[in-house]
Amino acid sequence: MEKRELVCVACPLGCGITVSIDDNGFVSEVTGNTCKRGDTYARNEVTAPARSLTTTVRVDGGKAYVVPVKSAGPIPKGMMFQCMKEINKASIKAPVKIGDVVIKDILGTGVDIVATNNAE
Amino acid sequence: MTNFDLAVVGGGPAGMAAALKAHEEGVQKIVVLERAETLGGILEQCIHTGFGLHYFGEELSGPEYAGRFIKLLEETDIVVKTDTMVIDIADDNTVTAVSKADGLLKIQAKAVVLAMGCRERPRGALSISGTRGSGIMTAGTAQKYVNIDGYMPGHEVVILGSGDIGLIMARRMTLEGAKVKMVCELMPYSGGLTRNIVQCLEDFDIPLKLSTTVVATHGKERLEGVTIAKVDDRLQPIPGTEEYVPCDTLMLSVGLIPENELSKNSGLELDRITNGPKVDEYRETEHSGVFACGNVLQVHDLVDYVTEESQIAGLGAAKFIKGEKVSGDCVYTNGVSGVRYIVPQRINRETDADVKLYFRVGAVYRDASIVVEANGETILSKKKKKLCPGEMEYVLIKKDVIANLPKDSVITVRVEA
Amino acid sequence: MFGRKKGEIMTYDVAIVGAGVVGGLIARELSRFNISISLLEKCNDMAMGTTKANSAIVHGGFDALNGTLKAKLNVEGTALMPKVCEKLHVPFKNNGSLVVAFSDSEMEHVKVLYERGIKNGVPGLSIIDRDELRRIEPNISEEAVGALLCESAGIVCPYELTIAAVENAVTNGVEFFRNCEVKSIECGECYTLKTTAGDITAKYIINAAGNYSDKLASMVGDNSIDLVPRKGEYYLLDKSVGNLAVHTIFQCPNEMGKGILVTPTVDGNLLIGPTATNIDDKSDTTTTPEGLRDIVEKALKSVPAVSTRNAITSFAGVRAHPVCDDFIIGWCEKSEHFLNVAGVESPGLSAAPAIAIYVRKILSEKLNLTEKESYSDTRPKPVRFRHMTDAEREELIKKNPAYGRIICRCETITEGEIIDAIKAPAGARDVDGVKRRTRAGMGRCQGGFCGSKVVEILSRELGVPMNEITKFGGESKIIYERTK
Repeated sequence: MEKRELVCVACPLGCGITVSIDDNGFVSEVTGNTCKRGDTYARNEVTAPARSLTTTVRVDGGKAYVVPVKSAGPIPKGMMFQCMKEINKASIKAPVKIGDVVIKDILGTGVDIVATNNAE
Repeated sequence: MTNFDLAVVGGGPAGMAAALKAHEEGVQKIVVLERAETLGGILEQCIHTGFGLHYFGEELSGPEYAGRFIKLLEETDIVVKTDTMVIDIADDNTVTAVSKADGLLKIQAKAVVLAMGCRERPRGALSISGTRGSGIMTAGTAQKYVNIDGYMPGHEVVILGSGDIGLIMARRMTLEGAKVKMVCELMPYSGGLTRNIVQCLEDFDIPLKLSTTVVATHGKERLEGVTIAKVDDRLQPIPGTEEYVPCDTLMLSVGLIPENELSKNSGLELDRITNGPKVDEYRETEHSGVFACGNVLQVHDLVDYVTEESQIAGLGAAKFIKGEKVSGDCVYTNGVSGVRYIVPQRINRETDADVKLYFRVGAVYRDASIVVEANGETILSKKKKKLCPGEMEYVLIKKDVIANLPKDSVITVRVEA
Repeated sequence: MFGRKKGEIMTYDVAIVGAGVVGGLIARELSRFNISISLLEKCNDMAMGTTKANSAIVHGGFDALNGTLKAKLNVEGTALMPKVCEKLHVPFKNNGSLVVAFSDSEMEHVKVLYERGIKNGVPGLSIIDRDELRRIEPNISEEAVGALLCESAGIVCPYELTIAAVENAVTNGVEFFRNCEVKSIECGECYTLKTTAGDITAKYIINAAGNYSDKLASMVGDNSIDLVPRKGEYYLLDKSVGNLAVHTIFQCPNEMGKGILVTPTVDGNLLIGPTATNIDDKSDTTTTPEGLRDIVEKALKSVPAVSTRNAITSFAGVRAHPVCDDFIIGWCEKSEHFLNVAGVESPGLSAAPAIAIYVRKILSEKLNLTEKESYSDTRPKPVRFRHMTDAEREELIKKNPAYGRIICRCETITEGEIIDAIKAPAGARDVDGVKRRTRAGMGRCQGGFCGSKVVEILSRELGVPMNEITKFGGESKIIYERTK
């Protein structure tokens, strides 16, 4: 049995979480979290760590050069830079509205890249 | 001269929340004066997520968080003047502003809410010796270049200061292809949120060097490198620990200062620790009818708390305008042993609601208690697993407790390790 | 080149090398006459050397020894300064200076300075006792026993004076060349200056190259100028403590200079410094931990309330200390039409208006100078929004809405003023140039908010991409390529 100490990054509170992993590699217990999200985070972090990605994307024909975007959900931690490459190749036509999808299902992750601000 | 019931100086999260709350409370004529071309304040360039968990129960980016309030504002008859800079607030609450569109504006307001936010400490305050070429900028300036203008401010970066903006920029620059060599922190602990250390540094193997500072800059035109050194207990560089780090950019994230030029010019005395005006439980300053909220009052860690505080100020301003606000004998607050400051600094004894005292501690504590005392008695004691300077704390004081305290008595809050 | 028709090479009557306060005021003085003048500057802007980083003091003139050129030109220059500043609309303040004594032996030295000053012809000198000193300088240290008061001394903004002088000169026909470093000089019928901006020919050369005047003279075979680069470090403190000193407060001078002073600036800040360290590298304007510590320690002796808590920036300048200990102004012995104006260390700023006239007189020995009809000795008054009344502001914004947008919050500088600074004759080309002309970015946030906006305005007005805008020319780029 293994115990791993994590700091939850699901929200800015930063709870200290202890994850117990049994000999078969399964999570047997999560303690220290103060909400359900913490439990989910801890389980994912020891098995398949994921992060939300925020950056900007090029705007075509608008006043602004770039508009901010985010991944609509967490993407695998290891795919951050590949996703950045895809986003840097993309562009979106002005006007842009908050929530507009810039890239659908980026790199087969099932996660969309969406605009997080308006751009004229 | 135009007449308004309420003039709000600043259209960032604080100003918007205060205006909206006052509007909700029935205040009729409200104007929001914002110096930038858009509402939203600094949130517009904070494109990372982590905003709104407390207030909206979901994780939003800065522009999204601001966007919700902008939308609400647009649905009201609140007058918004962007690209408008307030240059003076007179004793009678006459606000003078200038803009391209309106020229010189004089606004006579019954109440004023100060919500100008804060700014970053520049290099000058740090006494870093060496050259003064380009490539040395605050993390916030760099953030604007990257996120708003779409330009790279540098390629090889050293960040001084592990406050949240510094940490966020470490990740941001890395994602855009720059090499972030390290984040140096003068103190033995980081001033940023733990989650940012994990997500912004550890995820990208960026070293966090604690008790380390930048002592010199090199490069006559563009920055070519910095000398870093370890510091001792008194935060002084230790001779012999110097190390040269080549880089073309030094980003500073060494603290935020409430932007109180207007407040000072209008004669408001500032709290020596917060650098913000001294306020009562409704965030009314020592100048009748002038309220303050958000980062101009105290630097917050989370925007959600800014919103909460600004709603208190908006409510207070509404009460003031309607002639319902209590203003009389006060009790005072004081942070001692480990508690650096408390907002509000004074509370009207006959206040109509329970009062949250917000404060920050001066060091990292584990398994400590927060003890509130007044008049020689303990009002409350609260156990905390962890207390750190980067995070704002609060305790709730019942209004009956306050009402029973003698006039001018002092409520102290301290940390018991 | 230089906007002239292809193939046409103009020979200037005079080429002035160096656009510091000395070169700038000489250019202005000579622009009164019917001669063609070029002003050559190796940097991207004028006032980039010693002029940019010094104490900004208009000295009374009691320091220099009797009979020296320094003494004569200091007293004359200080007398001329208020008028020059008025004509050029440059802030000048006659705040007076004090040399403070902390012991009876220093008081003796004060008396020596007094005697010397009287002989040099310095007006407004008196020796004051402890009580009088405390009355006129309330924050002075309790340890001070008396002082030399010089009522004729003052403060000025040295780079603004230089910028104004060059603008005025350019309006009167002087051609200003930036990024124009003289690499070598060919002597023939006239001089050909081989510069980084191409060849420039001139009949006369005036060497106002400051720290590099020895190098320039050596290009015509004159190796007589012996300069020691001397570095001085300073702290600039916030306006909130600008009233800690009323007068310019000196301590008793030593062999390295006038010691650490505490002075208000014309803009209302407090300046403390300079250190005095002889250095090898003339371009070494780095600040040092020791230097900065030293300044504070010594400034505290004069004004105990000084604190670096209020520091907004620190900087260093290099002055050319001549081994002969006097200004070197006169015809070069090796080259007939080459006029040296070298070794102009403190009180060079004070003396500069007099140096300009002195140089003109020397030049007229060889070159026929007839006055122009069209000469104007004034620079149009720049808009200073922060100093205006609300009624004036209202009127101004009505005429031009650009004055209604405030770019620099700390100093209340409008977009209109920044555009004016860029469009002025010999206008700003970089961020520091805008800063020196308008004070945008000079305040306590040091450009944190307005820096990127200034870059945007420069980019728009000069018609170049944002990432080509520099802090002060050369490789001092602010930003690089697009993120995507």
